[in-house]
Amino acid sequence: MFLAVSVAIIVVLVLALVRAFLGPTLFDRILAVNMFGTKIVLLVAVLGVVSDQPSFVDIALVYALINFIAIIAVLRFFEYDRRTRERKGS
Amino acid sequence: MELLIDVASWVCLLTGGFLGITGAIGLFRFPDVYTRLHAASVTDTSCMGLIILGLMLQAGFGMMFLKLLLVILILAYTSPTVAHILIKTARREGPEPILDNKGKNHRHRD
Repeated sequence: MFLAVSVAIIVVLVLALVRAFLGPTLFDRILAVNMFGTKIVLLVAVLGVVSDQPSFVDIALVYALINFIAIIAVLRFFEYDRRTRERKGS
Repeated sequence: MELLIDVASWVCLLTGGFLGITGAIGLFRFPDVYTRLHAASVTDTSCMGLIILGLMLQAGFGMMFLKLLLVILILAYTSPTVAHILIKTARREGPEPILDNKGKNHRHRD
């Protein structure tokens, strides 16, 4: 049963990566990367329960937080870039 | 009782995996980033909740249970926040949403 869930999550990971490579705009790529991060968290949690090591779930926790901060930082950077462009008038 | 918990956990895990694959297919079937975000984030939240709930049922009460509960709490806060910020930035800078010919296209600028 854990194997079925892991295979399902890995299929989702591959599809999200394909979307991240194909994505026509930047936002499609960010969306796919966010989905990839969430599914990696789930995969690490499944691995932790299967191998009965609670420290894996700690890794999943930290990964979730870092993923969140990374997405916020990328979007913030993009908006900041637009504001500086407008100020320079180009 | 043991069997009941196992069956409930399997149902949660399999439904979660199915919802995840549904969201990933939605990433390919929908035309633009707004509808894709709908598919991805709606199934993302429920898929995450169901899979972690199934894992919690398997783990039993203990340290693992509490940590998995913490994972659910953190992801339930961060995932809608990321969806909101992503769509707000896309509305400001990105492509126009695809509407039918009756819809008006208000672009949000401040």
